[in-house]
Amino acid sequence: MAEQDWKTSKRTFAAVSLPTLFWVVVFFLVPMAIVWLYSFGENRGLTDIEFSGTLNNYKRATEWLYISIFGKSFAVAALVTLICLIIGFPVAMAITFASEKWRPWLLLGIMLPFWTNLLIRTYALMMLLGTQGFANKGMGALWEGTSWIKTLVGLQPLPTWEPVQLLFNNFAVVFGLVYVHLPFMVLPLYAALDRLDRSLIEASLDLGAGHFRTIMRIVVPLAAPGIIAGVMITLIPALGAYLTPDLMGGTDSQMIANVIERQFKKANDWPFGAALSFLLIYAMFALIAIQSMRKKVPEVR
Amino acid sequence: MTETAKPIIQIQNVSKRFGKVTAVDNVSLDINAGEFFVLLGPSGCGKTTLLRMIAGFELPTEGRILIDGQDMAGIPPNKRPVNMVFQSYAVFPHMSVADNVAYGLKIAGVKGGEIKDRVAEALDLVKLGGFGERMPDQMSGGQRQRVALARSLVMRPKVLLLDEPLSALDAKLRAQMQFELSELQEKVGITFVTVTHDQDEALSMACRIGVINKGEVAQLATPSDLYEYPSNRFVADFVGSVNIFEGKLTLDEPDKAAVDCPGVGKIYLNHGVTGPHGADVWIALRPEKIYLHVPGEGKAVKAAAQDAPDGYNFARGKIKGMSYLGDITLFEIELESGARIRVSRPNLSRHDQEDFTWDDKVSMHWRADSPVVLLG
Repeated sequence: MAEQDWKTSKRTFAAVSLPTLFWVVVFFLVPMAIVWLYSFGENRGLTDIEFSGTLNNYKRATEWLYISIFGKSFAVAALVTLICLIIGFPVAMAITFASEKWRPWLLLGIMLPFWTNLLIRTYALMMLLGTQGFANKGMGALWEGTSWIKTLVGLQPLPTWEPVQLLFNNFAVVFGLVYVHLPFMVLPLYAALDRLDRSLIEASLDLGAGHFRTIMRIVVPLAAPGIIAGVMITLIPALGAYLTPDLMGGTDSQMIANVIERQFKKANDWPFGAALSFLLIYAMFALIAIQSMRKKVPEVR
Repeated sequence: MTETAKPIIQIQNVSKRFGKVTAVDNVSLDINAGEFFVLLGPSGCGKTTLLRMIAGFELPTEGRILIDGQDMAGIPPNKRPVNMVFQSYAVFPHMSVADNVAYGLKIAGVKGGEIKDRVAEALDLVKLGGFGERMPDQMSGGQRQRVALARSLVMRPKVLLLDEPLSALDAKLRAQMQFELSELQEKVGITFVTVTHDQDEALSMACRIGVINKGEVAQLATPSDLYEYPSNRFVADFVGSVNIFEGKLTLDEPDKAAVDCPGVGKIYLNHGVTGPHGADVWIALRPEKIYLHVPGEGKAVKAAAQDAPDGYNFARGKIKGMSYLGDITLFEIELESGARIRVSRPNLSRHDQEDFTWDDKVSMHWRADSPVVLLG
C-alpha cells in the first residue's frame, strides 16, 4: 500500500484533496473568519462596519437578557435531547431486535422524514397542533362523544369543548424539536446496539438477571459510545435551532438562534450577532471537548 | 453410568422448526446427573439449537424438556437451574474479572462477604487466582474462557452447558483444556453438557456422546462404543477415519458371517449379523485395524492362519499414497480391482517409515472381529 501513502505520493494526494480543501476554505473558513472579525467590530452608519477590535459586543452578550436566553436554549435543547433519548432508546432496541426482514423497513421509517423539507414538516406539524388542527378536532370529537354517552345514561352533559392551545408556546417548541431530532438520536443508538454481541445479553439472562436489569447493567453501559454520540448529535443542532422556535414558539419561546437572526436582520447589528454566534460555537466546542475527554470503555475484540 | 443413574435432563420428543427448516427433529434423550455429556455433530446439525433449548434461549416447537424432573416449559433462561458458557465466552467487557464472576451472585442476592469468598474460590478453581482486578481486554482468549467458566460455576448450577468451548483456542491449548475440563467436571461433580463438532474433543472428554445428524440422534454411546461399534454409516464416517465398503450378506450363521463386497472380495466375520440373507449392507473397517505386511511377512502370516480360515481376512494391493504423520504413517492402497483402502501403521521404531515406498506391492490382513457390519 506504499503507493497510497500520502507521504510518498504528495502530488496524487494534493490533486485529490484540492477540490475539497478549496471548498472548505472558500465557503467555510473564510466566511467564518469574516464573521469572527465582525464580532470585534462596530457599526458605522447603516451598512459600514469598522473592525475596531472592541470587546463591547461580547460585553453586551453578558447582559442578563442574553445570558437568560442562552440558558433557556440550553435547557430546551437538554430537555429535547433527554426526551429523544427516552423515546429513541426503546425504538433503537426494537429495530435492533426486529427480524432481518423488517429491519430495513423500520430504518427507512426512521429516515423517511429526512426526505421532506424541514419547513414543510414544520408546517405539517403546525396543522396538526393548531386550534383547528387534527389533534384538537380529535380530542373535541372524543369530548363530545363522552358528553353524548353521559346524556344517554341520564347524566349532565360535559361543558362545551374549548380547543387546547397546543401551538405557539414552549410545549410546541419542545414537541417540534423532538419530532425533528428523533432520527438523529435513533440512528447512532441503533448503530451501537447493532454492534453489541447478543451473547452478552444472553449471558446476563443466563446468570439470572431479568430484562430490565440486563438493559441497565449490560446494554446501556456497552451502548454508552452510541448514547453519547446520539446526545451530541441531537444536543448541538437543537441548541442552534431556529426554524422551529420561530414558527411554533410563542413570544416567550425564542432561542438564541432567533436572537442572532434578529441582530442580522431587523436590528441590523451584525457585530453583535456575530459575537453571539461565536459564543454559541464556543459552547459547542466545549461540549465536544468534554465528550472527547471522557474515559474510553475498553472493547474486547 | 450405572443402571441406577438418575437423569438430570430429560429431552422428550423435542422438535424445533425455524420457518420451514427443521433444526431438531423429534429428539429424545436423557442426560444423567454428574456425567460429562457431549453433543457431537457437524455444523448445522441442530446440536447448538438443542443446547439453547435446554438453556431456554429457544423454545421447542414440540415436545418437552425436564430438568431435575421439572418441566421447563414457560420458564425463562434467568429462572433455570442451568448456566451456559458461550462460544464467544460473552465476558462482560466493561466489568473486571471479579465483577464478571460476581454478577450472578449479586443478582441472586448473596451477601457481600460470601460473594467475595465464592468469587475467589471460583477463580482458584479455574486457576485464575489473583486475576480478579484485571479487565477482560487484558486477558488472552484462554483466560477469558476461564472467566466465563468461573462465572457459571460460581452459581453452582445443576447443569453446566458449554457451547463449542474449545473452538477458539489453538491446538496445544485445546488439548490442555480438554484435560482440564474433564478434571474440573470430576472435581465439582456438576453435570456438563458440551456441544462440539470436534470428534477428538468429544472422545477425550465425554462419559457419553450423542451424535446428532440432521436434527436427529444418530447414536448415543460411550466414546469407545461409538468408535468401535458405530451403528450406522454416518457415525462410522463422522467419528474417526474409516473404510466403508458396500456389499451383500451371503453367509450369516450364529458364529460366522461373510459379506461379499465388489472390488474387495469376501470379508469374513467371526460373529453372526442377524440380517436378511442377500441384504445390502456396509462394512466399516478402521485403518488402524488393518495390518500391513512388510515384504516376505505376508506368506508366513497366511500360512500360520491356514488352521483358522475364518480368523483373518487377506488382501493385496499397491501403495498409491503415503503420508507420514510422525506417530503413524497413512497409506492409501489400491487393490487389484482398483478399489482403494486406507491403512494406518504405527511407527514403532525410528526406521519404520523406510519399510515401504510408492508403488510397492503389499499384502495385508485384518482380524475377523475388526469389520463392523452396518445395516444403514
